Amino acid sequence: MSPEPMTPVTLSAYTLVTANGRGVNAVSQALRECRSGLTPCNFEDALLKTYIGRVDGLEEFALEDGLERFDCRNNRLGWLGLQQDGFMVSVAEAKQRYGTDRIAVIMGTSTSGILETEHAYRNRDPHTGALQGSFTSRYRYTHNMFSLGHFVRSYLGLRGPALVISTACSSSAKVFATAARYLQVGLCDAAIVGGVDSLCLTTLYGFSSLQLLSSQPCRPCDEDRDGLSLGEAAGYALLESSQKVRRKGAIALLGYGESTDGYHMSHPHPEGVGAIRAMRQALNRAGLQPADIDYINLHGTATRANDTVEDKAVHEVFGSQTAASSTKGWTGHALGAAGITEALISAICLTQGFVPGTLNCQRVDSALCSHILRENQSRPVRRVLSNIFGFGGNNCSLVLGVL
Amino acid sequence: MRVAIVGVGLLSAGLEGWVKGREVLGGMRPFYFDSLPDPDAGLLPANERRRSTVGVRWALHVAQEAMAQSRLDPRDVATVFASSGGEMGVLDQLCRALATTERIISPTLFHQSVHNTAAGYWGIATSCQQSSTALSCYDDSCAAGLLEAATYATMEGCPVLFVSYDLPAPDPLIRARPIQSAFATALVLTASPAAGTANATVALASADCGDVTEMSDSELERLRADNPSGRLLPMLRALAGTGTSSVCMNLLGDQRLVMEVEA
Repeated sequence: MSPEPMTPVTLSAYTLVTANGRGVNAVSQALRECRSGLTPCNFEDALLKTYIGRVDGLEEFALEDGLERFDCRNNRLGWLGLQQDGFMVSVAEAKQRYGTDRIAVIMGTSTSGILETEHAYRNRDPHTGALQGSFTSRYRYTHNMFSLGHFVRSYLGLRGPALVISTACSSSAKVFATAARYLQVGLCDAAIVGGVDSLCLTTLYGFSSLQLLSSQPCRPCDEDRDGLSLGEAAGYALLESSQKVRRKGAIALLGYGESTDGYHMSHPHPEGVGAIRAMRQALNRAGLQPADIDYINLHGTATRANDTVEDKAVHEVFGSQTAASSTKGWTGHALGAAGITEALISAICLTQGFVPGTLNCQRVDSALCSHILRENQSRPVRRVLSNIFGFGGNNCSLVLGVL
Repeated sequence: MRVAIVGVGLLSAGLEGWVKGREVLGGMRPFYFDSLPDPDAGLLPANERRRSTVGVRWALHVAQEAMAQSRLDPRDVATVFASSGGEMGVLDQLCRALATTERIISPTLFHQSVHNTAAGYWGIATSCQQSSTALSCYDDSCAAGLLEAATYATMEGCPVLFVSYDLPAPDPLIRARPIQSAFATALVLTASPAAGTANATVALASADCGDVTEMSDSELERLRADNPSGRLLPMLRALAGTGTSSVCMNLLGDQRLVMEVEA
């Protein structure tokens, strides 16, 4: 079924924290200067030969002023994200405009605050095996999958609908699709969408067990790529219907596509059928042709399988004309926060007339057929397609553009 | 939003399947809190079923039951899976392993830890390539999931399989989330209400619109209050009855999900 074109949804404000820095300007500067946020893994006592995209300073403060119960690495990163780019001011204005009950909170994360539970299991009572009460009483506010949504809704003082979408890596791309539907059907007048995922032993040792971690900074699309680098990030956008806020030149979500592979839990469909479906749906919903897209921000994790299959799918839809690159060499793979991170990098491209290359890609794998960009470019960009694919064969493509 | 409900799945102690559950909830037979039923995830290929988690088996059992009633091809149906904590048993095993010095975890255990594990296995078992969303809203995961499913069906014009499941966590994690009884339920929603199907309007309202609907039977009310997926019991009771009834579910304290159900 070919979806009807959607009413564009305006990104009235947005903010991003990655290993490259705090705020949209810091991230965009790192992109322009080809400065990677990846460093040798020094997370807790994880003895893994890999690189990580770690956000500095998360150990140096705690949540306070009534937010103590939410305190954990994931929500600290979530809090830090909300402090950048004047985002809190924009939220306050939206509250004035619409009322607190008319603003939805739709968040994405894959592992929430599982690090707290990892710690709690190490600190079990040596005799009874019981978890400490100081952990069990705060599980709801730290590790439970809704914790991030609860935290953001409480901290921003909002009273509209809220949920956390957790579909592994596609989580915070899918928040845009859900928000677009909520706005269109009138469940809310504005939505705070976002995603936060933070480093933990679960994902470090989990991806290590799958032999998907590179021992070097990840090299997307490189002929010698050998795996991904994990990262952490927090990003948010304030979404409003473009019918309500008509602003020429504003950045907007023009289309979204959601699909599944129905193939394997941790391996993409060999022909990329789900990815193709998601990209075509996003284009149709935006009322655009492949040639209308100026740049594709790839999922581009730098695993052998992902980059090969994604290339096949991109080539099937776009041929070899449209420039495509992966920005994972800067940020690492922020898992449940990858969707919002790359949607906002796409917004940077649109506002600054900038196209990132593929950092750390020395020689493009000759088996890849699509047009992989290695070097940064400066040129006008009107429309970007961003791909995110995750475990469970869960795919999401977004089209962002300038109104 | 107005949707048709063309399939129902149900599994809990004393509510094994919609045929029996419908009679119990419709007041035709008494509710006895029996021993835990054993889910049949016959849809999964044998090798996947052997490795599957108990959460996956419960979720797929009710999904399969609801889908069979709908007579729809599962490949044409998008999915929304709601669960407060997802794979709590897997998370327990992971955190145990990570607390040892060796920290050895299996690739299977790791990929089964994601919140969309059940959704992913459903897609694999049915070869479905439609949109699939897995979500949480703590105690109100079921209401948030039903809202998401109804919105998707209405806006995308595509039928939706909605599955809600929550199982007790193993010790010691159960202390962090004390859910006592397992509960799984599924609804297949379409955007085309018609004669001969159960129909419902679904709307978001503020908390002052009315009280949350409870179960009159004290044992069923205990089940509703215990398990986040059991919060759907009043809706299921409305579907088991005849005529029109109103159901009100809590959503984050200050909101309600209000359904007018025509069974």
